[in-house]
Amino acid sequence: MPLETQRLQNLNTNDAANEQILPKGAILQNRYEIMRILGLGGMGSVYLARDLNFTKVERLCAIKEMISNTPDPTVRKTALYNFEREANTLASINHPAIVKIYDYFSEGNRSYLVMEYVEGQNLEQIINDLDTHAFLDEARVLRWGIQICDILTFLHEHKTPIVYRDLKPPNLILRAGSNPEQLVLIDFGIAKAFQEGQKGTMMGTEGYSPPEQYRGIASPQGDVYALGATLHHILTKRDPKLEPPFTFHEAPLRQFNPGISEQTEHVVMKALNYEMKERYTSAAQMKAALQHALKSLTHSGGAHFPSPTDGTSQTRPASQAPTVAFGQNVSPNAATTVIGNQAAPSVRDAPNINTGQGGVIAIWAFRAEDEIRSSPTMGDGLVYIGAYDNNVYALDAKNGSFVWKYATDGGIASTPFFYKDRVIFGSEDRLIYAVTSHRGKILWTCPTEGKVRSSVRVDFEHAFVGSDDNRLYAINAQSGRVIWRFEAAGPIRSTPIIDTEIVYVGSDDGHLYAVNMQTGKMKWKFRTNRGIISSPTIYEDLILFGSQDWTFYALNKTSSWSIWRTRTNQAIISSPTVKDGIVYFGSVDGNLYALDATSGRTIWKFRAGSHIVSRPAVSDNAIFFGTNNGEVISLHLKSGKERWRFQTGGPVPSSPLLGEGMVYIGSTDHNLYALPA
Amino acid sequence: MNFWQKLFSTGKAQTTDTLVPPNRAAAAQQPAVWQGIGFITGKKTDIGRQREQNQDSIYTFESFLESSVGQDPFGIFVVADGMGGYQKGDIASNLAARTAAEYVIRHIYLPYLSEEHSAAQIPLTEALQNAVHLANDAVVQQTPEGGTTLTMAVVMGRQAYLAHVGDSRAYLYHQGKLQQITQDHSLVARLVELGQATAKEAQSHPQRNVLYRAVGQTESLEVETYLQPIPANGYLLLCSDGLWGMITDDEMTSILNEAVSPQQAAESLIDTANANGGDDNISVILVGIG
Repeated sequence: MPLETQRLQNLNTNDAANEQILPKGAILQNRYEIMRILGLGGMGSVYLARDLNFTKVERLCAIKEMISNTPDPTVRKTALYNFEREANTLASINHPAIVKIYDYFSEGNRSYLVMEYVEGQNLEQIINDLDTHAFLDEARVLRWGIQICDILTFLHEHKTPIVYRDLKPPNLILRAGSNPEQLVLIDFGIAKAFQEGQKGTMMGTEGYSPPEQYRGIASPQGDVYALGATLHHILTKRDPKLEPPFTFHEAPLRQFNPGISEQTEHVVMKALNYEMKERYTSAAQMKAALQHALKSLTHSGGAHFPSPTDGTSQTRPASQAPTVAFGQNVSPNAATTVIGNQAAPSVRDAPNINTGQGGVIAIWAFRAEDEIRSSPTMGDGLVYIGAYDNNVYALDAKNGSFVWKYATDGGIASTPFFYKDRVIFGSEDRLIYAVTSHRGKILWTCPTEGKVRSSVRVDFEHAFVGSDDNRLYAINAQSGRVIWRFEAAGPIRSTPIIDTEIVYVGSDDGHLYAVNMQTGKMKWKFRTNRGIISSPTIYEDLILFGSQDWTFYALNKTSSWSIWRTRTNQAIISSPTVKDGIVYFGSVDGNLYALDATSGRTIWKFRAGSHIVSRPAVSDNAIFFGTNNGEVISLHLKSGKERWRFQTGGPVPSSPLLGEGMVYIGSTDHNLYALPA
Repeated sequence: MNFWQKLFSTGKAQTTDTLVPPNRAAAAQQPAVWQGIGFITGKKTDIGRQREQNQDSIYTFESFLESSVGQDPFGIFVVADGMGGYQKGDIASNLAARTAAEYVIRHIYLPYLSEEHSAAQIPLTEALQNAVHLANDAVVQQTPEGGTTLTMAVVMGRQAYLAHVGDSRAYLYHQGKLQQITQDHSLVARLVELGQATAKEAQSHPQRNVLYRAVGQTESLEVETYLQPIPANGYLLLCSDGLWGMITDDEMTSILNEAVSPQQAAESLIDTANANGGDDNISVILVGIG
């Protein structure tokens, strides 16, 4: 009978477990009657028990059990000796915030520590009980931190100085009903004596211990570190047990809980320094720093944030990705980064208009007769740019002076390609042109059957370009002769890229195509859910591009297999740029993304607050792009923090070009700007 | 130069870093690794000298794929090192390897046979992560007392996609050099990174077996993924800590340099680990593409 079998098995399991656990009513040493189990530890259980020596009153105690499973009698003996020695020391400690030790004894392979029973929740339980987006009140946590410093100072300055070594939220109980709140330190990690000698791969780092403790160094600064780790966990809810050890420096508090003050973050991060000498030298010193942080919080900082009284403040959800522009100080429309804890800048006086950080002023500007939507290109000291006034212009790159222009019969949406002695570009008049780069004299034209908005790419002496006639053209760059045409199911506006004899291009039909460069035959296609305007780029074995289905894709360029993808909150039109293994692109959702190119992991994200269509340009340490509200923005490449902004008079779909120490970028205000990079 | 170009333009390898030393190759008149297209693998798992049971599991799956793209090898290679009490670690590693491999076959290998690729397909790194998460769920549910490392390589063409949790390792062996691809999720690895322990100290650190991340320990799990092309005459080496904990990288390299075949290399690596003490279970998978 299956049912019986099952029950039998359950019974068996219980029996096995019961073997280890003392039953209710069991009496130890003729004195302690077990009432119930309080918790299960790695080495044994913790029980609630009654002391039978007290007949008139009910005196409760907590009994911690440690079972030694070491078969080696010598190891066991040493463990027992260490246990008894430590228990003796602890029994001599008398402090209201440290759990009292009443008694200890051993029975067989089990050792017991009889302690004061402290009623209340431990700090780990308190954190775990919070709502998903709620954090504990900062001032309250600071007060706890100050108390813990007092306890540590007491231990460190004890007549036999004691380093606690195991400070963590579960070892701190908030005494039930205490007012003002009182924390009690429990569990002196005494069980560790029994934990030696385990073999094989195993789990378990505490997450709160300082690195030097693993070299056998126990010092007051080690406890300072553990207090830092404890406060970090309490304030951020980031559980260090679930993170790689010693990674606090990668996780500044305000990244998880933007409501925390800068001072508090500073104090906690200082305590968490790897180098002992960089931390507070004593718990007393850390206490002073915490008091200072608390004081400035209650004096000024507290007013900045809606300060909760119940200790469960509703704060913004912690962002997973390290976002630069954090919410709390910014009015919703202000597209600006918050640096430090400065007062919220209003949109009006946001430090960004033309004179952002670095006070950017255009070196020169060239005014066309209509909007500039295409992007500049450079060659032989000239900058080439197409405009909606039907012209392609050649300007002196240094001073912007006019050199020549070539007029077509349609707007120029594409970026000219500089190749040897010529520039090649498409026009909305359906033609592809090649003109001499020095004088703008026509060399050839090549007709298509649709407007040409895709930009030309030349490789292996051939120009590859798409057209609104749904075709991808391969044209001999010298003669203008079409070599082959590849037909997609929708207009091709994305710019092709060539890699190992394959031409990759996106189409409005939603596909990314891989076409054999020699034959024009399709090698593979990959379907996304909307049109692809973004121009693909190659990184190692990956082809990277965005789609208007809001998703950024990384495919294996050989097999077209999707390797990773990231969804943004709007269409992606911006083309990606890769530098040093990081891919950068913008989205209509107003963010500029920096992702690890091989994994798609977010490195940083910058909220520009306005559509980004422009393809970012990257220098060694900075990135540049345009936005729909007319700004050209530059960020620090590593951090994604803002360097400067420059305001133009219209949306900037144009992509910046770097050269001559300048950034060249067009705007729909008709100007081509040269800005200092 | 691109590997494909190299492959198709010359028809045979130009580098000499083959597992077959040139003199022996010449003697045996072996074209070495370039005989046809397909996997050349070696694999073995061993209990070692000190343990009562082997808690490691290895899994391999090799196939050819004929499609419009061409003839591509497709393979799945897994090393899992179980932990936990008696018969928990071996169940955990076995379960994790099977569960992850099944997912990959179902969601990568089978769809890979169809030609039309689209956004509807699960991206590979996501699929790899899903596979490991599924393995994690299975271990959490079925052997809560056990856990395991999991290092899995899915090889498509010349590209290896790796998913990794724990302290088993993946290396690339190429041109006589051994390069570690994965990062150990171990306490000592972090200590070494921080300069709080030297690589040498790490070898004998009392907590060298302590992981901070493993399959089957917590409900959520962060999985590392890596992308590694396997160059012509290059080999992917997957192994448990029973190998790298007992043999230095230099020893491994010279064994690989001397070996006559990947299988012999795998066996020789394990023999050496045992000769050095064989403290732990030892598993090795070597994967090359000819």
